Amino acid sequence: MSLILRNIRKSYREPAGGVLPVLNIDSFELKQGDQVALVGQSGGGKTTLLNVIAGITMPDSGEVIINDVDITKLIEPARDRFRAERIGIVFQTFHLLPAFTALENVLLGMSFSGKADRAFAIRLLEQVGLGKRLAHRPSQLSVGEQQRVSVARALANRPRLMLADEPTASVDVANQGKILQLLREACQEHQVSLLLVTHSAEVSSQFDRVEQLQNFNHPGVAQ
Amino acid sequence: MNLLSIALKSIRQRWLASILTGISVALGVGLIIAVIVLNSAVTNVFQQTGSAYDLVIGPKGSSTQLVLSSVYYMDRPIENLPWRFYKELAENPTVERAIPVNLGDTTEVGNFPIVGTTPQYFLVGYARDKKFLIKGDGLQGTWDAVIGSQVAQKNKWTIGSQFKMIHAGQDDHVHDELFTVKGVLAPTGTPNDRAVFVHIDGFFALAGHDQPVNEAIAREALFYGETEDAIRERYKKDLEEIEKHAHHDHGDHDHHHHGPLSDLQKEATSVLLVMKGKDDMRKSGAALALQNRLQQGFQAQGANIIAVMDQLLRNLVGNIRDAFLFLTALIVVVSGIGIFVSMYNSMSDRKKEIAIMRALGARRTTVFSIIVMESLILCLLGGFVGLVLGHGLVYIAAPLIEARSGLLLEPLLFNPIELVIFPMLICMALLAGLIPGLNAYRTDVAEVLQG
Repeated sequence: MSLILRNIRKSYREPAGGVLPVLNIDSFELKQGDQVALVGQSGGGKTTLLNVIAGITMPDSGEVIINDVDITKLIEPARDRFRAERIGIVFQTFHLLPAFTALENVLLGMSFSGKADRAFAIRLLEQVGLGKRLAHRPSQLSVGEQQRVSVARALANRPRLMLADEPTASVDVANQGKILQLLREACQEHQVSLLLVTHSAEVSSQFDRVEQLQNFNHPGVAQ
Repeated sequence: MNLLSIALKSIRQRWLASILTGISVALGVGLIIAVIVLNSAVTNVFQQTGSAYDLVIGPKGSSTQLVLSSVYYMDRPIENLPWRFYKELAENPTVERAIPVNLGDTTEVGNFPIVGTTPQYFLVGYARDKKFLIKGDGLQGTWDAVIGSQVAQKNKWTIGSQFKMIHAGQDDHVHDELFTVKGVLAPTGTPNDRAVFVHIDGFFALAGHDQPVNEAIAREALFYGETEDAIRERYKKDLEEIEKHAHHDHGDHDHHHHGPLSDLQKEATSVLLVMKGKDDMRKSGAALALQNRLQQGFQAQGANIIAVMDQLLRNLVGNIRDAFLFLTALIVVVSGIGIFVSMYNSMSDRKKEIAIMRALGARRTTVFSIIVMESLILCLLGGFVGLVLGHGLVYIAAPLIEARSGLLLEPLLFNPIELVIFPMLICMALLAGLIPGLNAYRTDVAEVLQG
């Protein structure tokens, strides 16, 4: 799946009334199967960019073209459906639902695309090494295990694009490498394009393609 | 994983708040059910009792008093009717059955009302299509009595028990004569359960139950608008007999055992009528015609038992019932507000949960539906528990209520009004879930996830 960003502008209105520009991207492209590390400083607009690509946040202007579909032109329910079916998201703080077991968290990801596949969900959890922890709730799992559930959930709908927002930032050092390897291998195996946002040079060093956000994002100054 | 299981998970996660909210709905619904069942029972008692009769005839006065005293044994009788009038009613071609009822006395033990009547009373039944079930015999001999189920229970009387009566509520005047229980009625859930029926011949044979001759003549003359001489002429033979008896030496025998009492000296407190007619319409027509005729001339009135009780129910019992229903409905509304508050408060904790679902592709309408579904589940589960609880409460309380009031309850009888509760609960759940659902609908995913 290819991703093309064109003329993306996004700014926020500040409480004091001023305008804070966050994104100003003329062009960015990700080809099918690409694995790209996007590096940037904190507050540089990395998460906003991922939200724009995921269709969670609408840009003020510009095009987000995923596999020839400009999702900015879709109405919100269609964007939600598109996100559910085609995009997997791994969050920095996992965002698992505490009342749901590992398996249910993965199944929850499937339920909004209407493609519940219990066997596949179990297989994904086995693949991330949690085959024996299907019925465990997040509170009963280690931090590393929680992030692995999060990876399995992101893969649940067989997405074509994976967005990972600092996926190793909340994980201990021992697990960082494992999570990263897992994510990259899983994306490779399922032929999913991966856009991983990080501020860690150690993480980005493992990617063939590393993009510095400030190189193509020129938001300007607050007004 | 469908929306229902997501909603159920969420309810389970907040199990304490959910249980408390469900209980408040269950209690509200349970109380409504209990009020409905009790109301049905009370209404049945009022509407069924006497529904086997088309009219009750008594002296002119309050029709409510006539019905309450003659059918429900609850009020003082108005006055009495001449026996001649009862006989005329019995011979009326439009009347199928005329049953005299004499009231006023009570049992010495337990103070239960005495009903002097004929054996025919038990042939008509205590309500439309409901026949009396009598253990033992009915009224056969002069000193026979049939007692209601509550009388049997409270006085511990059974067949063969004997009792005395107090004359017209005067505690110091106990009749010497003994009546013997020959039959015990099965419970009817009507005032018959707490009444004692004695043979009318025995009732007349009691001291003080025969009208003094001159007084009887004067009253009958007044009743019919005839002269006293005309009355004397009518009862000429009876008066001669009475005259002979007055000069007879009684020796050591009882004054009243000379033979049947003259019709002149007999009275009836009221007369219960079953009209002739192939169907209810014709019977009602005949009853109405007789009622109208009575209104014009005689000093008697005919009261339609059901109409009188309907009015009483509407005016008195109906208001109390409405007040109860209003109060219990208020409880349900309060529990609805409880659901709203509980869900609304939980929304701040659940914003992240909702934002995660939205990020995973859930639509706004989907998260809205999940919240409203939770409200619906709590309301409906609470409602079903309340339904069982309400009938259960009545089931447990029924023997106690029956023992204390004689009200026969059917705890498991389903009243169609109960069906209205569930659409009402659904509306309440939708209202209670609306604002929390809209909160979920409006959740700013990016802001919540970043926060």
